[in-house]
Amino acid sequence: MEFGIVELSRLQFAMTAMYHFLFVPLTLGLSIIVAIMETVYVMTNRPIWRQMTKFWGMLFGINFVLGVATGITMEFQFGMNWSYYSHYVGDIFGAPLAIEGLMAFFLEATFVGLFFFGWDKLSKVAHLGVAWLVAIGSNFSALWILIANGWMQNPVGAEFNPQTMRMEMTDFFAVLFNEVAQAKFVHTVSAGYVTASVFVIGVSAWYLLKHRHVELARRSITVAAAFGLASAFSVVLLGDESGYSATHSQKMKLAAIEAMWETHEAPAPFNLIGFPDQEARETHFAIEIPWAMGLIGTRSLTTEIPGINDLVAQAEDRIRSGMIAYDALMHIREMRDAADPVIMATFEEHSADLGFAFLLKKYVDDPRQATEDQIVAASNDTVPTVWPLFWAFRIMVALGFGFIATMAYFFWRSSFRGMNYPRPALWLAVVMIPAPWIAAEMGWFVAEFGRQPWTVDGVLPTAMSVSALSMTEVALTLAGFILFYTVLFIIEMGLMVKYIRKGPFQDVAETDAWVVRHTDRLAGRKNADAIAQPDLQPAE
Amino acid sequence: MILHELLSYETLRVIWWGLLGVLLIGFALTDGFDMGVGALIPFVGKTDIERRVAINTVGPVWEGNQVWFILGGGAIFAAWPPLYAVSFSGFYLAMFVILAAFIVRPVAFKYRSKRDDPRWRTAWDWALFASGAIPALLFGVAVGNVIQGVPFHFTDDLHTIYEGAWYMKFIGLLDPFSILAGVVSLAMLVMHGGAWLTLKAEGVVQTRARAIGSVAALVAVGAYALAGVWMAFGIEGYRIVGDYVTGGPSNPLHFEVEKTATWLTAYADRPWIVLAPVMGIVGGLLTFLGLRAGREVSTLLFSKMAILGVISSVGLTMFPFIMPSSSDPRSSLTVWNSSSSHLTLFIMLVVTAIFMPLILMYTAWVYKVLWGKVTEADVSENSHSVY
Repeated sequence: MEFGIVELSRLQFAMTAMYHFLFVPLTLGLSIIVAIMETVYVMTNRPIWRQMTKFWGMLFGINFVLGVATGITMEFQFGMNWSYYSHYVGDIFGAPLAIEGLMAFFLEATFVGLFFFGWDKLSKVAHLGVAWLVAIGSNFSALWILIANGWMQNPVGAEFNPQTMRMEMTDFFAVLFNEVAQAKFVHTVSAGYVTASVFVIGVSAWYLLKHRHVELARRSITVAAAFGLASAFSVVLLGDESGYSATHSQKMKLAAIEAMWETHEAPAPFNLIGFPDQEARETHFAIEIPWAMGLIGTRSLTTEIPGINDLVAQAEDRIRSGMIAYDALMHIREMRDAADPVIMATFEEHSADLGFAFLLKKYVDDPRQATEDQIVAASNDTVPTVWPLFWAFRIMVALGFGFIATMAYFFWRSSFRGMNYPRPALWLAVVMIPAPWIAAEMGWFVAEFGRQPWTVDGVLPTAMSVSALSMTEVALTLAGFILFYTVLFIIEMGLMVKYIRKGPFQDVAETDAWVVRHTDRLAGRKNADAIAQPDLQPAE
Repeated sequence: MILHELLSYETLRVIWWGLLGVLLIGFALTDGFDMGVGALIPFVGKTDIERRVAINTVGPVWEGNQVWFILGGGAIFAAWPPLYAVSFSGFYLAMFVILAAFIVRPVAFKYRSKRDDPRWRTAWDWALFASGAIPALLFGVAVGNVIQGVPFHFTDDLHTIYEGAWYMKFIGLLDPFSILAGVVSLAMLVMHGGAWLTLKAEGVVQTRARAIGSVAALVAVGAYALAGVWMAFGIEGYRIVGDYVTGGPSNPLHFEVEKTATWLTAYADRPWIVLAPVMGIVGGLLTFLGLRAGREVSTLLFSKMAILGVISSVGLTMFPFIMPSSSDPRSSLTVWNSSSSHLTLFIMLVVTAIFMPLILMYTAWVYKVLWGKVTEADVSENSHSVY
């Protein structure tokens, strides 16, 4: 692959987006976990829950700030590096981004300051309201971003306007209720909830292993395990929903994830593992689960899922149709209002395939001049590189099932085994902390890399979307981002580790006094509630 | 959707031109004092506790304020996609510097007081200074460039092409007039930061903020007046020539544009717009007097008036131009040729009409809750929970 401005811009986008998503999932989930903890505090008035709210809130704050800071890069990078994309689809894509600011981001950012600074200035209930507004704002934020992203995967409710040379919105509600966007939203926020649950359980497990902050750790695990179990089911189910909707809208992505080269008669099997070979268009050493793919993709035993080879043939047809549209477009652009109605009608008929003609621009300036070889080459370009998709997807799914098992285990121990956890399980929880981040990054990789060669599926090729910048400029900013983000990452991790080691340090005297009283009270009663008893084992 | 026909395309474009101004002004009024305070930190605070007082005057609100910036970007994307595409890629390296500042600033606020090491804290203080002062300057420089026109043109496919070598997109921005515009912007926001600190701080921090802020107010007024004179005699303007439609498709290449001797003929065509520069100058002078006299609430209001006047004077003078092209005037972006579609503008207007009042209401409530001075005692008592 030659390395030009397109590849460099993609590298920068991928790097900054994946970096941004190191912070987002924890923000999404921890905002809710913190709000739940504060709700318990307000309902029970027990100081331990306020201490938990403040402690996890502090870690939330350290993480939140980098999510906000790196999010600005995302909002601006479309215009900076993808200016033709911004012109071409801004009419649709810009709207959810702006609505995100109006509806969600203002809410969370305005109230997050009050969350940290308002403990003495607000009543208990008002402060709880602030905590929930931050959580709601964060999650709504994700909704609008995923509506924008969902439109790139499945561009509904829009059509090309030859007068303005861009896509324009025709149906806002189609964009809003895009099935891909809705499934993606729930899948993504659930992934965030799982991330935060694994994080809370992992950190708490570390405290239990060290016999520190036992009261806080046990209660935190109880909240996170229940929340995490529900979320882990949701993330897998909605991932399945995404697969189902991809069957309609993104057949090529689905076929590539599955390394399904030939159309299989229904119901298709699922390749559990295998070694995809792009050159030969076959998958070596595949282990198949019969019927599984057909059931996931179509929820039927009789509907066929097209394979890559058939999809390439379809792409070739659409490229030829797109060339007709392009030819008509040139006429319309020249004549403007005086365009020949017959040619206008031809354009209308073929305009849905216009994007496919743009795939030829990689080989020839004027797609109408394309040779047969170039048409074949362009149709082959519609196949993304299969093996990274195949493996990234499988890692993500395996981790997803792992989270269900882990959460179920911790939920069972916290609910029915008196919050006692064997040491190996606690160590496992600590070791698992990075796993949800790996799964989330794999998920985004599958979604975005699987859409290639398009920025907007079937509408605008990635190669055409970039700004007219020099390699030097993009190389400079890429180097800047790498340097800058690395330093920030080190600082962030340093502070996280410092504050986790330090443990809760607010309201300590009040909380400790309450724990003593609470323990005494429970000890004096018959059938004392084991859950509330602190672990009194001495530290080793 | 037929509902959007209720408002003509032309009307919606003018409304969104106005809303673009509202967002820029909202950004300057709120995040402006954050930037101003940032630029002032090393000078108003000599000890750690003094600096923490200054930081904590904006501590609870900077996050919300910064959303004006992000929303500004999003709204330009949604309502003026060609403007978003042309300006963000055209000022590429300058945008990167601004972006870097807006990434460092939140981190600096949040992380500065999380370690006791004085070197750690001093480093973040200077980060706050740079991330306040540099964007404040660059926003003005960008406006100075837009007033003079930017060297770009559109191809027939509406790809944007910039004339000149890549480094000229950064170095080339720094011509004398644009630097003057940058000085206006920096001085204005330092003045605003000074007015904010006067309201929220006391003692030595307040005294220093008043002294520096009043100098900044005079510099802002002087530089602004000078830029006005310069525009009258030395800066070319632009105008649309021939017949054109104001409700047609958004395609810049459908218009003919030529350069004129000066932008200021707008004041002959629309005399009422003189109100804007008058507000800018009077507001600046009143802020100066208010800072000298030590008045708190009214000074901040005067400072807001100055900012409102200065920013709106640029937009009103250039109307209907948003971003003229110096090298190919017919590629210039105007209100009539660079908006989103009729439907998108309408939907975005409905959403804005619902949420903007809500935002203003809850923002006002948050400021009310936080009303009152930040003192050294507050900061040392709550040392763990504040910045």
